[in-house]
Amino acid sequence: MKFDTPATTNPIDQLKVVGKPVDRIDGPMKTTGRAPYAYERHDAIPDIAYGYVVGASIAKGRIASMDLSRAKAAPGVLAIVTAAEAGKLTKGDFNTAMLLGGPEIQHYHQAVAVVVAQTFEQARAAANLVKVEYVRSKGSFDLASAKDGATKPKDGGPDSAVGDFDAAFAAAPVTLDETYTTPDHGHAMMEPHASIAAWKGDKLSLWTSNQMIAWGAGDVAKTLGIPRENVRLMSPFIGGGFGGKLFVRAEAILAALGAKAAGRPVKVALTRPLMFNNTTHRPATIQRIRIGTDRDGRITAIGHESWSGDLPGGGPETAVQQTRLLYAGANRMTRTRLAVLDLPEGNAMRAPGEAPGLMALEVAVDEMAEKLGMDPIDFRILNDTQVDPEKPSRPFSQRRLNECLRTGADKFGWSRRSRTPGQTRDGRWLVGMGVAAAFRNNLVMKSAARVRLETSGVVTVETDMTDIGTGSYTIIAQTAAEMMGVPLTRVNVRLGDSSFPVSAGSGGQWGANSSTAGVYAACMKLREAVAGKLGLDPATAEFADGRVRVGNQSLPLEKAAAQGPVTAEDFMEYGDLTKTHQQSTFGGHFVEVGVDADTAEIRIRRMLAVCAAGRILNPKSARSQVIGAMVMGAGAALMEELVVDKRIGFFANHDLAGYEVPVHADIPHQEVIFLDETDPMSSPMKAKGVGELGICGVGAAVANAVYNATGVRVREYPVTLDKLLEGMPVLA
Amino acid sequence: MAILDDLQLSRREVMATGAAIGVATVPAAADAASGQPSIMKVSFTVNGQRQTLELDTRTTLLDALREHLKLTGSKKGCDHGQCGACTVIVDGRRINSCLSLAVMHEGDEVTTIEGLGSPEKLHPLQAAFVRHDGYQCGYCTPGQICSAKAVLDEIKAGVPSHVTADLTAKIQFSEDELRERMSGNICRCGAYSNIVAAVAEVAEGKA
Ligand code: FES
Ligand code: FES
Repeated sequence: MKFDTPATTNPIDQLKVVGKPVDRIDGPMKTTGRAPYAYERHDAIPDIAYGYVVGASIAKGRIASMDLSRAKAAPGVLAIVTAAEAGKLTKGDFNTAMLLGGPEIQHYHQAVAVVVAQTFEQARAAANLVKVEYVRSKGSFDLASAKDGATKPKDGGPDSAVGDFDAAFAAAPVTLDETYTTPDHGHAMMEPHASIAAWKGDKLSLWTSNQMIAWGAGDVAKTLGIPRENVRLMSPFIGGGFGGKLFVRAEAILAALGAKAAGRPVKVALTRPLMFNNTTHRPATIQRIRIGTDRDGRITAIGHESWSGDLPGGGPETAVQQTRLLYAGANRMTRTRLAVLDLPEGNAMRAPGEAPGLMALEVAVDEMAEKLGMDPIDFRILNDTQVDPEKPSRPFSQRRLNECLRTGADKFGWSRRSRTPGQTRDGRWLVGMGVAAAFRNNLVMKSAARVRLETSGVVTVETDMTDIGTGSYTIIAQTAAEMMGVPLTRVNVRLGDSSFPVSAGSGGQWGANSSTAGVYAACMKLREAVAGKLGLDPATAEFADGRVRVGNQSLPLEKAAAQGPVTAEDFMEYGDLTKTHQQSTFGGHFVEVGVDADTAEIRIRRMLAVCAAGRILNPKSARSQVIGAMVMGAGAALMEELVVDKRIGFFANHDLAGYEVPVHADIPHQEVIFLDETDPMSSPMKAKGVGELGICGVGAAVANAVYNATGVRVREYPVTLDKLLEGMPVLA
Repeated sequence: MAILDDLQLSRREVMATGAAIGVATVPAAADAASGQPSIMKVSFTVNGQRQTLELDTRTTLLDALREHLKLTGSKKGCDHGQCGACTVIVDGRRINSCLSLAVMHEGDEVTTIEGLGSPEKLHPLQAAFVRHDGYQCGYCTPGQICSAKAVLDEIKAGVPSHVTADLTAKIQFSEDELRERMSGNICRCGAYSNIVAAVAEVAEGKA
């Protein structure tokens, strides 16, 4: 099916199942520990040996020699694979560095060996006996000093310009020119990267934890140099990804190589301390923002430049993206520059681009409003645009940012905020409120599914879509139930297997809308097939209450499968509605903080997000996506920072004690409001994504609240108490 | 942490209860290099069932459960006491099972997430987690639930926490008490707000 004209009325609009806040269908399995994750597939395959990964202890250079003799002689060891034994490996399309290093080392903790043994304890002990001598070469590890040598990336439209930014900025009566920095961030999903590999002849089965099954199968095949059809990936449960599991990582390849060498199935999990330097991270940014307005606060010039670094061949953090679309203004410019850094590979993490970009832009907007003596919400509303400001002939499909901000202000009690910072006290706490706009584009991806009406009347859906905690199982079941007119309990959903039709996968908050649109397409086909079997007119057939009805003729659905299951497969692909219309999701984040007047300790007291993101397929799981993203944004605002050791070239705080993420005590009760909305330009589901919208802007809202509480403006994230202490108000 | 208190505990108790003092340890490679691993027999009860295992003495309680007994509900998020995903209940108290060697648990009674309930018969906490969507990816969830179960018992037993205002009064359940006590259970999906709602519902007897 091709979606190239705006959606009209379709069976989803009945909203008997879709749009309801139903409990997740995988909930009972997850809450009782019965959902099997990648490392746990005792059910799938017996006699699994254990692999343990050895990571490089230099950031850049070469392996001079490796002594495996003691490790090989250690009890229980079955095989050791290094680059020297692995045969030819090719870098995957989605990787920047090789997943098995040697002799060249490209980053710290790049895998250099996997030791396979009978037991985990033996593999770990033997891995500690692998002796590697390195020759270290000089690397570049500091973004600030590499910044001046940064170059224009080849693709991705690194520069944009409309009007004459320089002249307009020079002429503007009110201006802001500030630089903000965001540090490197780790995904730190709770389930480490894990895979079990088993070979049958030259066919490889891989139980793994991966967000994008088709990309993964392709890259496993490419890396190992085997035909794609010889690789099967299975990833039905994923313990969090946030972009960190978009791509094949070392443990999958090393499990495959280890299993081949040992002649036995092998499982490998990255240890927590290896994860931060071995895998990918969100790159640090330096961002310069310039805004010029007239005296009434109308933006006349807006410019956003961003610098980030990555390994040779890598990409930039596209932190300026939202600035091209979020506010009006006739004269505009953005610039993205990329430095070469020899740190671990930078790559996508939840809302790549917008998450760090809005952490800067939405603080700049707050600062600008203050310069103008305006309320920051009024300033944003004044500079709203209903069209793409670079191309005014291109409207937004839906844009209700103003309504998000107004609704939020009302619900949050924004009117109680003191416009002068440092004025509100509650006991020992200085209290402040902050606001920021949330913005993230709505991406649509081709997505396929297979649906089958079983003889029992149960509808089975199969697609390689993944559920990384997002609720895919449930919304896919809701979609199939709505389309086929059956209750949720009569739908079976099977996900995350490369033998199923290729879906959109989980990334870029496109998963919910795109994968359910694929299921919609397959169900449309199944409805036709079912009606055909029942001798009913497919065009007028209604599917409801487990029956198929035309006029006053009504037959039970399962009758169509009396002779055997009826199967249909289809995909949804997209025309150019995304080109004629700018499709984005919007929100307003509101945060209240308390800052200890003596110690400058920061505590978040209240959080609210108001989102406008098309039809919400399941308000319960969508709300969870938003609160979870708000938590991650709070972490980015207040604590998360991978600290670079600039001499050696690695992230020094590479575990969960050093890389602090929010815990229970850091997060208050959170509120989320979804504006009632449908977006017929996005798909027949009329839905858009929310999983990334929730993190977009929240960090800035926290930082703005801290400013409102204390009068101290921190432009270097994270906002920690040491950066506040000097400027704290003198106590009365 | 009161050091004197710890000295008064037996070593085994310190190891069994002292998750907070544990740091990552790389097991000594020497014994692996010098010969075969030392194997010991250990018996304990898991979810009411007596289990006898012959284990490499380096095997953690977590790996004994996950790899040997194939009870994979207890999760391994860090393997060194920093995340809480491996939380199980031993003799009524929650521990990070990754920080505890299996052979230290001779005769102990271990309860894992599988022992609290099943998909067909959910424990009230499990049902509340489902109702309140107190999870997303589900990987921290068994640890959160086991931890929550033990937290409610701790409050009932009068064990104070950092946020307990009055040490002489009977400790009341509150969301602040819960957040403080559950802070060793990290949820990177950020389900905290819903987890608190779920546990509070059970604690306040509304479930
Ligand atoms: S696995 Fe035990 S605390 Fe993380
Ligand atoms: S549900 Fe994913 S880490 Fe808590």
